[in-house]
Amino acid sequence: MKFDKPAGKNAIDQLKVVGKPIDRIDGPLKTTGRATYAYEHQIAETKPAYGYIVGAGIAKGRIEAIHQTAAKSLPGVIGVITASNAGPLKTGRFYADRLLAGPDVDHYHQAIAIVVAESFEQARAGAALLRVDYVKSKGSFDLKKAGASATILNPGRPSTAATAEVSSFEDGFKSAPFKLDEIYTTPDQSHAMMEPHATIAKWDGEKLTCWCSIQQINWGVRDLANILGIDPKNIRLISAFIGGGFGGKGTVLSDIVAASLAARLTGRTVKITLQRTLMFNNTIHRPATIQRLRIGADADGTITSIGHESLSGNIPRGFAEYTTTSTRTLYAGKNRMTQLKLALLNLPEGAAMRAPGEASGMMALEIAMDEMAAKLKMDPVEFRIKNDTQVHPENPKRTFSTRLLVECLQTGAKKFKWESRSKQPRGKEEGDWLLGMGVASAVRGAPIMKCAARVRLSNKGIVTVETDMTDIGTGSYTIIAQTAAEMMGIEINKVVVKLGDSSLPESPGSAGQWGAASSTSGVYAACVKLREKVEQMFGFEPGTAEFSDGKVSVKNKKYSLSKAADSGELISEDEMTYGELSREFAQDTFGAHFVEVAVNKYSCEIRVRRMLAVCHAGRILNPKTARSQVIGAMTMGVGAALMEELVVDTNVGFFVNHDLAGYEVPVHADIPHQDVILLEDLDPTMSPMKAKGIGELGLVGVAAAIANAVYNATGVRIREYPISLHKILESSYNLEENN
Amino acid sequence: MKSFTYQRVTTALDAAKAADKTPGSKFIAGGTNLLDLMKLQIEKPAHLIDISKTGLNKIELNTDGGLRIGAMVNNTDLASHNVVRRDYGLLARALLSGASGQLRNKATTSGNLLQRTRCPYFYDTNQLCNKRVPGSGCAAIAGFSRQLAIIGSSDHCIATHPSDMAVAMRALDATVETVNVRGEHRKIPIADLYLLPGSTPHLENTLQPGEIITSVLLPPPIGGKQIYQKIRDRASYAFATISVGAIIYPDGSGKLALGGVAAKPWRIEQAEALLPKGSKLVTERLLAGARPTGENQYKIMLVERTIESVIQQAKR
Ligand SMILES: Cc1cc2nc3c(=O)[nH]c(=O)nc-3n(C[C@H](O)[C@H](O)[C@H](O)COP(=O)(O)OP(=O)(O)OC[C@H]3O[C@@H](n4cnc5c(N)ncnc54)[C@H](O)[C@@H]3O)c2cc1C
Ligand code: SF4
Repeated sequence: MKFDKPAGKNAIDQLKVVGKPIDRIDGPLKTTGRATYAYEHQIAETKPAYGYIVGAGIAKGRIEAIHQTAAKSLPGVIGVITASNAGPLKTGRFYADRLLAGPDVDHYHQAIAIVVAESFEQARAGAALLRVDYVKSKGSFDLKKAGASATILNPGRPSTAATAEVSSFEDGFKSAPFKLDEIYTTPDQSHAMMEPHATIAKWDGEKLTCWCSIQQINWGVRDLANILGIDPKNIRLISAFIGGGFGGKGTVLSDIVAASLAARLTGRTVKITLQRTLMFNNTIHRPATIQRLRIGADADGTITSIGHESLSGNIPRGFAEYTTTSTRTLYAGKNRMTQLKLALLNLPEGAAMRAPGEASGMMALEIAMDEMAAKLKMDPVEFRIKNDTQVHPENPKRTFSTRLLVECLQTGAKKFKWESRSKQPRGKEEGDWLLGMGVASAVRGAPIMKCAARVRLSNKGIVTVETDMTDIGTGSYTIIAQTAAEMMGIEINKVVVKLGDSSLPESPGSAGQWGAASSTSGVYAACVKLREKVEQMFGFEPGTAEFSDGKVSVKNKKYSLSKAADSGELISEDEMTYGELSREFAQDTFGAHFVEVAVNKYSCEIRVRRMLAVCHAGRILNPKTARSQVIGAMTMGVGAALMEELVVDTNVGFFVNHDLAGYEVPVHADIPHQDVILLEDLDPTMSPMKAKGIGELGLVGVAAAIANAVYNATGVRIREYPISLHKILESSYNLEENN
Repeated sequence: MKSFTYQRVTTALDAAKAADKTPGSKFIAGGTNLLDLMKLQIEKPAHLIDISKTGLNKIELNTDGGLRIGAMVNNTDLASHNVVRRDYGLLARALLSGASGQLRNKATTSGNLLQRTRCPYFYDTNQLCNKRVPGSGCAAIAGFSRQLAIIGSSDHCIATHPSDMAVAMRALDATVETVNVRGEHRKIPIADLYLLPGSTPHLENTLQPGEIITSVLLPPPIGGKQIYQKIRDRASYAFATISVGAIIYPDGSGKLALGGVAAKPWRIEQAEALLPKGSKLVTERLLAGARPTGENQYKIMLVERTIESVIQQAKR
């Protein structure tokens, strides 16, 4: 089915199942430990061998020798795989990193060997016995220094040109009566999801099956085929359950390559889980940025010029962090300029992490907006509303399909009692705590991708949906079941959903906030076909029957749905593809974040007190799973604001804090009551579902809202994330001062 | 993890004897620290002596009115003991600020005292670390040192001792009781238990090889307002950036020990005399001779502020 005209009324609009706060259908499996994750599969025929990945002990250089005798003579050790016996390997098409190093080492903890043994413990002990001779070479580890020789280049994404200018930014900025020109930095961050990357690999002749944890199955197949130099048709990937990803499991990483190689070389089924301490340097991360924001405005608060330049670093062939995306769409302003620079770094690869680009970019832009509002002596909510735009600011001919940013800000301000915020920074105290409130806008693109699905109707009236879409804890299973139930007019418990298997119809997977809208639209298309088949069985004209309560009817003719499959299962498959609507309209999701913080006036410890997100993201397919996405994202925003930082040791060239004791993410005690308001507003330009994604929107802006609240509480402006207590202590902050 | 042999003993003396018999052995109590270190091959004992069933899991009132805490008493039981809660609030608070519920259920009193540093370079066997490999160097001094020591450190090591409980015990003047292979008992004031790094950061305490901690003695209750203020980047489940364990009396006098600043709980009794004169003078005396790195310089101000906060809280 091709979607190329705005959607009219359709079966989804009945909203009997879609739009309801239905519990996750995979919930009971998860809470009772019966959802089988990659590493837990029992592969019937074979006793698996265990692989253990050895990470490089240097950041850059060459491996002279890997002494293996001791390891190989350890009881239980089956073999050692290194670049010298692995055969030729290429790289994938999304991640640029080489997933098995040797002889060159490109970054710290890059995989250099896999030890395979009869047990996990033996493999780990064997790994510790490998002695590696390295020749180190100099590397580039300091983003600020590397920035001097950075290049302005197209980051490889067609939607994001490296430099974009409208009118004349420099002239506009120079002549503005009110100006802001500041530098903001965001650190490297780790996805740090609960389930580490893991794979069980098994070869049957030419055929390779991997039980793995990958968010985009189709990219996984493509990349693994490319890396191993085999036919993608011979690869089957299974990722039915994924213990979190946040983009950290987009496609193939070292665990799956290691397991595939180890299984091929040893002739065994091989299980590998990437040890937690390797996740931070071996895999990918959200790269650090240094961003310069310049905003010029008239005295009445109208932005006349806005400039955003951003530097990030990466390994050769790696992407730039495209932080300027939001600045290009969010606020009006005649003179505009954005620019991305990319420096060469020999740290681990920077790649997509939840709301890539937008999350880091808005961490900077939305503090800048707060600072500008202060300069103008305007309320920060008012200042944002004043500069709203209903057309794309770079191309006024392009309107937003829907855009309720102003409504988000207004609704939030009212609900949060924004008017009780002290206009003066450091104006509110409670015991030992300074209180402050902050706000930020949120914006995140609403991409939608082609997606295929298959639906089967059995004579028991059970509808089974099959697609290789994944559920990384987001609720894909549930919203897909809701879609099929709505379309076929049955209850949700009559729907079975099978996901995460490359032998099923192709989906774009879970990424980029496109999963929900794309996958349910694919299921919609397949269900439309199935409905036609059912109608045919009953002799109805296609498109005329009503599907409801397990029955199919035209006027007074009424049959049980299950009856259509009496003489055999009915199967339909289709793919939803898209026309030009996304070119015609700017399709984005919007929101506003409100935060109250308390800062201990002695220690400067920061604790978040209240949070509210107002989100505008098209049709909300399931308010419960949508809310869960948003509160999870808000939690991640607290981490980004206050604690998450992969600390770069520029002497050694690595992320030092590479475990969950050193890389702190919020714990329950850090998270206060969180409120979410979903401003529902259908977007018929998206697909027949009229829905958009929400999983990334919830993160964008949160950190800046917290930073702004800290400023409001303390009068101290911290422009380097995370806002750790020592930065406030070392600032102009003074214990005694009290306005 | 290197393969090892394992034995369980039922008395402390048997443990000491077993340790004497098998060089390269280690006692394992709750195992919450030792096992992690073994998996990373930072600790590589050839033999483990499990002391968890030695019956040293009682909390008893001492004849002098103090408390004897068995070495195997777990952190949860200790923190929730009614006498501890009533008379040694500082200890209960320090314990509860540490780790998580699950860990405290497993972690023992002696294991907590002897847990090793959380310096990130110590935890990564690819990095230079004098504590792990004597004489290899110290990557932390020129590296990431925000969490590390500001005082009592050396050019060889700037690691801190991470225990919260030990800070409380230091302020409460606890004494550690031990037994060795010959059955000899020893009482070590907690002030003398830990060694500063000097040029031998791998030597962390004054226990002799095979000597085992059997209990910790607390002197009779000393009253006062007992406050444990732990400063950290997140609200729970994090090691202290710095911490202050204090007992403050109505006249402003008191006792005070610091965590997160040195290789041992840091206490200078002379500094306490300055308590009535305010946090600034106390801190100056407590941290005289501090040698922070650029990254952890802030801890000096943080100590002063936190002591000030503690003094103010005690007034309420
Ligand atoms: C994730 C995490 C977070 C943590 N957070 C905190 C925190 O915030 N604050 C804090 O204070 N601690 C924290 N800890 C540390 C925790 O308190 C210690 O791991 C625990 O107290 C160690 O006790 P154990 O009985 O498990 O010791 P074990 O691991 O069994 O032993 C530790 C050491 O003590 C030796 N030993 C044990 N008993 C004796 C004895 N009787 N005589 C001689 N030697 C002995 C062992 O040989 C070993 O070397 C944390 C730990 C983890 C894993
Ligand atoms: S500070 Fe001490 S523990 Fe840390 S690396 Fe240096 S020597 Fe090792």
